Amino acid sequence: MELGLFLAVLGAAIATFLAGIGSSIGVGKAGIAAAGVLAEEPSLFSKVLILMLLPATQGIYGLLVAFLILQGVGVIGGGAGEVSNLEGLLYLAASLPIAASGLFSAIHQGKCSVAGIHTVAKKPDTMGKALIIPAMVETYAILALLISILAINGIGALGL
Amino acid sequence: MKSQDFIYAVSRIRMKETKLLSRKDIDRLISQADYDSVLRTLSEFGYSCDNSDDSSDILSIEQQKLWALMAELVDDMSVFDVFRLQNDYHNLKVSVKSVYSNKSPDSMFLSGGTLEGSQIYECVKNRDYKELPTLLGETAANALDILLKTGDGQLCDAIIDKASLDALAEFASKAQDEVIKDYAELYIASANVKIAVRGAKLEKSLEFFNQALANCNSLNKDNLAKSAVKGFDEICAYLNTTKYKDAVEYIKKSMSSFEKWCDDLLISGMKKQKSEPFTIGPLVAYILAKQNEIKAVRLILIAKINGFDDIKINERIREMYV
Repeated sequence: MELGLFLAVLGAAIATFLAGIGSSIGVGKAGIAAAGVLAEEPSLFSKVLILMLLPATQGIYGLLVAFLILQGVGVIGGGAGEVSNLEGLLYLAASLPIAASGLFSAIHQGKCSVAGIHTVAKKPDTMGKALIIPAMVETYAILALLISILAINGIGALGL
Repeated sequence: MKSQDFIYAVSRIRMKETKLLSRKDIDRLISQADYDSVLRTLSEFGYSCDNSDDSSDILSIEQQKLWALMAELVDDMSVFDVFRLQNDYHNLKVSVKSVYSNKSPDSMFLSGGTLEGSQIYECVKNRDYKELPTLLGETAANALDILLKTGDGQLCDAIIDKASLDALAEFASKAQDEVIKDYAELYIASANVKIAVRGAKLEKSLEFFNQALANCNSLNKDNLAKSAVKGFDEICAYLNTTKYKDAVEYIKKSMSSFEKWCDDLLISGMKKQKSEPFTIGPLVAYILAKQNEIKAVRLILIAKINGFDDIKINERIREMYV
């Protein structure tokens, strides 16, 4: 039981910290660009803020997956049952899509956001278009989140 | 600096680029009736014209603002040595000639060098070159010595110009950014062509060309020197075999139209930096764009003072970055 529970919690941890690292790098890069633009033109704050926050979502997805895993094994919400080694391993595997995809998509979305912020800096009217481009990177984080959630729900239904 | 260290700088530059003068703005300046109207329009564009009517002061303030901005944007200004070295060698030229003629050089120094112009002047005046970088110090000693012995200002200029090109080539060979390498390459190649053409017209010797021409990758120094000895047509024939074959028709027209061709080539090559978010490229492009703008404004101001017509001004205005 102990190893199974450990593996499940490890999965939750991996989902949180890898996706979180990705988001912090992405938001960090976009934040530097936003600060540069605001130093010259403070009125663009609301526009660059939206672009800057785009890479933050992967960290939230990681948190959501971690929360579902911890809830699934009863670490939060009470009712902790026995977690077999296989079940723990499956939860660990279920955390990997959002962990890996969250890490890389957030970093690349951050770079894309930097370019978007530069576009808005030169032409504030292109905000809509500049937002869509980095938002496309989000697709792959959402796909990974979907698979992680489906896998966690499926593990719970297996009744291992 | 790592590439991502330029994100903040590039972001600020993107905003600054919106304030660069476009071709439309330049046309507006050209269409002004007189010098004072140009100054008033420049004030609208953000130039500091309020305290001075002297065009060289106004443009020198713009240069100072440019380099103050760059000092704010990067931790280590040595990344811009590709530009700063040229200002050092210009200031060296001013210093050597001022020491020779015993005149005050202050108003002729350019800002934005690796050293203050006055510092170079003091070193040259005291014949103490320890505080200067090795090549600059050696060049200073050599140029002053030649000028004192021969009184030949042209030879003194040639020595300093050659050293300036060598320093630029050395810096470019160590630079990691393609944009800096490309700029240095075009700068040295165009300087070589100008030396060759002017030297050919004065029927200079092969020894002169071997000494005056600098090494560069896109032009073979030896072949250019041999062509220059044979004459102007041979230079054109040689250039037709290089990547600068498009320049030949401009060289045949005049040296100023060749210089315009080089500047336009440089600025159009820099335009790809408008979509580069992470490297030093957009900063280099901005420096060149601002200097190009200052050059255009200087031309318009001088033309208005001297009453040149708009067609002549338009012929000489370079392609703008924005």
